[in-house]
Amino acid sequence: MKTDDLISMLGANVERVDRRQFVRTLSSAVVVGAIVALGAMLFTFGIRADLDEAGALTSLFLKLAFTMGILVPASVYLIRLSRPGGERKTSIALMALPFIAIMLLAAISLSSAPSSHWNKMITGDQWLECLLSIPTIAIVPFAVIIWAVRRTAPTDLVRTGALVGLIAGAVSATGYALHCIDDSLPFIALWYGGTIALCSFAGAKLGPWLLRW
Amino acid sequence: MTTPMGAGRQVTPDRRQASRMTASEAELKGLMTAGLDGDSAAHRMLLDRLSGYLRGYYKTRLARIARDASEAEDLVQEVLLAVHTRRHTYHPDELFTPWVYAIARYKLIDHLRRTRASLKEVPIDDVGELMAHDDHVEVESAYDLHRLLRQLPDRMRCAIQCVKLDGLSVTEAAAQCGTSESAVKVNIQRGLRALAAVIAREKRT
Repeated sequence: MKTDDLISMLGANVERVDRRQFVRTLSSAVVVGAIVALGAMLFTFGIRADLDEAGALTSLFLKLAFTMGILVPASVYLIRLSRPGGERKTSIALMALPFIAIMLLAAISLSSAPSSHWNKMITGDQWLECLLSIPTIAIVPFAVIIWAVRRTAPTDLVRTGALVGLIAGAVSATGYALHCIDDSLPFIALWYGGTIALCSFAGAKLGPWLLRW
Repeated sequence: MTTPMGAGRQVTPDRRQASRMTASEAELKGLMTAGLDGDSAAHRMLLDRLSGYLRGYYKTRLARIARDASEAEDLVQEVLLAVHTRRHTYHPDELFTPWVYAIARYKLIDHLRRTRASLKEVPIDDVGELMAHDDHVEVESAYDLHRLLRQLPDRMRCAIQCVKLDGLSVTEAAAQCGTSESAVKVNIQRGLRALAAVIAREKRT
């Protein structure tokens, strides 16, 4: 094929491009992923029953602050990294901040408690359920967001994949927080933080394979 | 690429390259935004200008690592296809040249990876090198457009054939293909993306 022929083909009857389509596709994928995750969570587990107690509500807000603290900046970074060369203008190292913050809080909480309580604070009642639920429920949001990112043009597939995993994990953890009755800070740091990080790691591994264009 | 302040009054090659880049940046960006607004002539001129820069870029890159220069034309066409099908990822507030350069470099690395070269061969360069050579000595690429088109689903092939090759309007194409006008537009978009995917798949094997 001659390049001139390709150019005449591509340049024939060019359609106007909707400038807002790019951000709209990505943000609606995140929203759809979130709805699916919340729906799946409510359907399988339901909301925790003790929400009328003040302590439960505070813990719920803390968990949501943690997951939103990941979700919002990660979505902003994803929009940047989905444009060619976006990784040159953005460092995603800031995404470590919510994790560092929750680990510090967990450390403070542990140090102010007697060591005989540590075991219970760290493993809670439902650590296994948390460990399995968050990554499982993250699968559908992950697929939806990957589908949307495949329509863009990321040039750093590892970081972009990591961000998609991070968002999917945070969305899933947000849903799980509505159900989960383990409220200690070390539990949140380890099982929420750990599973979200795991989703991000999986995303980084799958990114170059799923997002190639 | 920036020229350091106070680097001397005489015009250094570096500075000449920088000023040429500024000129082409403004021109190419103008063509790009006009194309995004639906100006076919501007879009065609943009792709034509880019093909010269891309050819120069890939020929020197591939020659440096002792690769066959005929691969350059394949890469030029892949990038043009990507620039077209992914042009919605360009933000008009940003510079245009770094956007194209990021695509060109991504496709170079992807090409070397697919053809099982060592990534140690990937040359270190920057956005300035993309505009360093304008080369219009064209050879044919290894891709056969009509053979590639035959691998697409009928509705996509029909839409591309009518609108992009035969020059029919979207309305005429809709009648010809027996679909709605919006379906024709969607099928063109999907079809061109699918075309790029077919090329990528053939490269891997």
